[in-house]
Amino acid sequence: MTDKLVIGGHEFKSRFILGSGKFSLDMTKAVIENADVEMITVALRRANIGGEGNILDFIPKDIVLLPNTSGARTAGEAVRIARLSREIGCGNFIKIEVINDSKYLMPDNYETVKATETLAKEGFIVMPYMYPELNAARALQNAGAAAVMPLGAPIGSNKGLLTRDFIKMLIDEINLPIIVDAGIGRPSQACEAMEMGAAAVMANTAIATAKEVSVMAKAFKLAVEAGRAAYLAGLGRVLDYKAEASSPLTGFLEDLA
Amino acid sequence: MTSRESSIMHHLEGMEAIDSDIMSKVLNMAQKYDYNQYTVRDVEGALEREALSVEDFAAVLSPAAAAYLEQLAQKARLETRKHFGNSVSLFTPLYISNYCENNCVYCGFNCKNKIQRGKLSLEEIEDELKTIAKTGLKDILILTGEARRKCDVAYIGEAIKLARKYFSTISVEIFPLNTEEYRYIRQCGADFVCVYQETYNTETYEKMHPRGPKRVFPYRFNAQERAIKGGMRGVALGVLLGLDDFRRDAFAAGIHAYLLQQKYPHAELSFSVPRLRPYINNSRNNPRNVHESQLLQVILAYRLLMPFAGITISTRESPEFRDNVIGIAANKVSAGVKVSVGGHDSEAKGDEQFEISDPRDVAAIHQMILSRGLQPVYTDYVRV
Repeated sequence: MTDKLVIGGHEFKSRFILGSGKFSLDMTKAVIENADVEMITVALRRANIGGEGNILDFIPKDIVLLPNTSGARTAGEAVRIARLSREIGCGNFIKIEVINDSKYLMPDNYETVKATETLAKEGFIVMPYMYPELNAARALQNAGAAAVMPLGAPIGSNKGLLTRDFIKMLIDEINLPIIVDAGIGRPSQACEAMEMGAAAVMANTAIATAKEVSVMAKAFKLAVEAGRAAYLAGLGRVLDYKAEASSPLTGFLEDLA
Repeated sequence: MTSRESSIMHHLEGMEAIDSDIMSKVLNMAQKYDYNQYTVRDVEGALEREALSVEDFAAVLSPAAAAYLEQLAQKARLETRKHFGNSVSLFTPLYISNYCENNCVYCGFNCKNKIQRGKLSLEEIEDELKTIAKTGLKDILILTGEARRKCDVAYIGEAIKLARKYFSTISVEIFPLNTEEYRYIRQCGADFVCVYQETYNTETYEKMHPRGPKRVFPYRFNAQERAIKGGMRGVALGVLLGLDDFRRDAFAAGIHAYLLQQKYPHAELSFSVPRLRPYINNSRNNPRNVHESQLLQVILAYRLLMPFAGITISTRESPEFRDNVIGIAANKVSAGVKVSVGGHDSEAKGDEQFEISDPRDVAAIHQMILSRGLQPVYTDYVRV
């Protein structure tokens, strides 16, 4: 199959990206296997190099690390966390999270653009997390982002695609992979995002809060694949019978002829 | 005029007074809080709400909510899971000095108490830090009593600098400081500040603090704001449940946190829930007494009002209580706790502040967390 997700020159078969902060570390391997993911995001602040419960120790070596700047409140802090991440060997990928709001955890698009600009220049493969706003997404593209990661709903909320129409604008207008991150609560919502043309979906809480974490990981994998296949197949037209009224508004044209 | 007669609302020399309306709002709302007016309907309404309003919070703290503890716990667990996943953070306190000029009537460090006083030298502090670091902990809380002459900000700053060598996350539970002093200890390496108001009832506060700088109520009340202005990442609040009417005090602390969050949306907030344990055989007589079910009700109310806020559960509580509460609402626990001055590396240099109920070491707490299907977390902060 030739349908690959390409981010910063790297190819991925899987279009499901896993978040890692919310389930037990010893579950990580099973979740990765069941979800069949190739990329996992990790908060650098959870890295405890050489210490107890170091999240990095639980991620198989063949999985691409997407370190995130969780905890950064400004562009400057995000940049410093990103540099630290590269220094300790977490690679060139960086997911920028700049959050200045402890209640809703809404990303700060303005600071995110600034951090993206700096880090892209330094050679990072920058994947910024953002509130789906078209102008900010364009700015991220111009700043050198490798993908754009709009939120579907507030992080951890499991509310699904509340921002559906705005994400669609990004899919239509931004010439980068659009990866729906945050808020996805069920596999059906992940499927819908993929049907819409999202390049990939990321989830963590939805899997971590399931009764059977590994089984839910598998359900997400299947949903993402189904949504992608539907997108590639081209969704058929769904007829709205009311619109096919027997007395069409344009009927008068025939009388004119 | 002796300090006993001075007004608790009057700032002493050197104490910074900031312009803030949060204190008057909190005291006003707490005074008006009539928890007996809430009915089971109000509680059911709060349970149905996605996010609690202040009125819902008032209902959840009311006696009417006692019958809904299970439903509240279910809802709280869901929120805790959404925000923290199954992470439970570990930390330990290090007392570096127990000299104190206050005589808080409920406290073991009360200046009138004939206890062994002590202060660790910087060398001793480093030895303690090294010993604690060997347990794997990365998050430390540095504590002192209040005695600026014996234990000043410069000394605390040096202790923090030493702690930076071994720990990723440093909090302090020390006497309230001015904004610039907070800025200084932030530069030294501390990022989180705990200040507990003890009680928001000013009359009780006055009785409980007959002498010493702690007597100044607004200076303590505004400490979190000064800390945030001084650049701190997060602040912790709390009341000593049982000093006064615990529902009103818990309500006030919740509102205090709520207003701080609105004013400083970037600040991380957390609650601690220390309580005075009721005496046996006296449980029916004193309405101030806080039993486990009431303590849980307070914890659940905080979690539901501010699902994103931290909740720490100390070793004042029994292992059984702590082990269960971390699965429901608390997201941070202490382990390997000593409440004497020093005592990790060598013999304690000063007596304990209170008696702990959970002596388990880090390995035991780690195992307990795992056995409950949760994840012990040693570090969740990167200082850049």
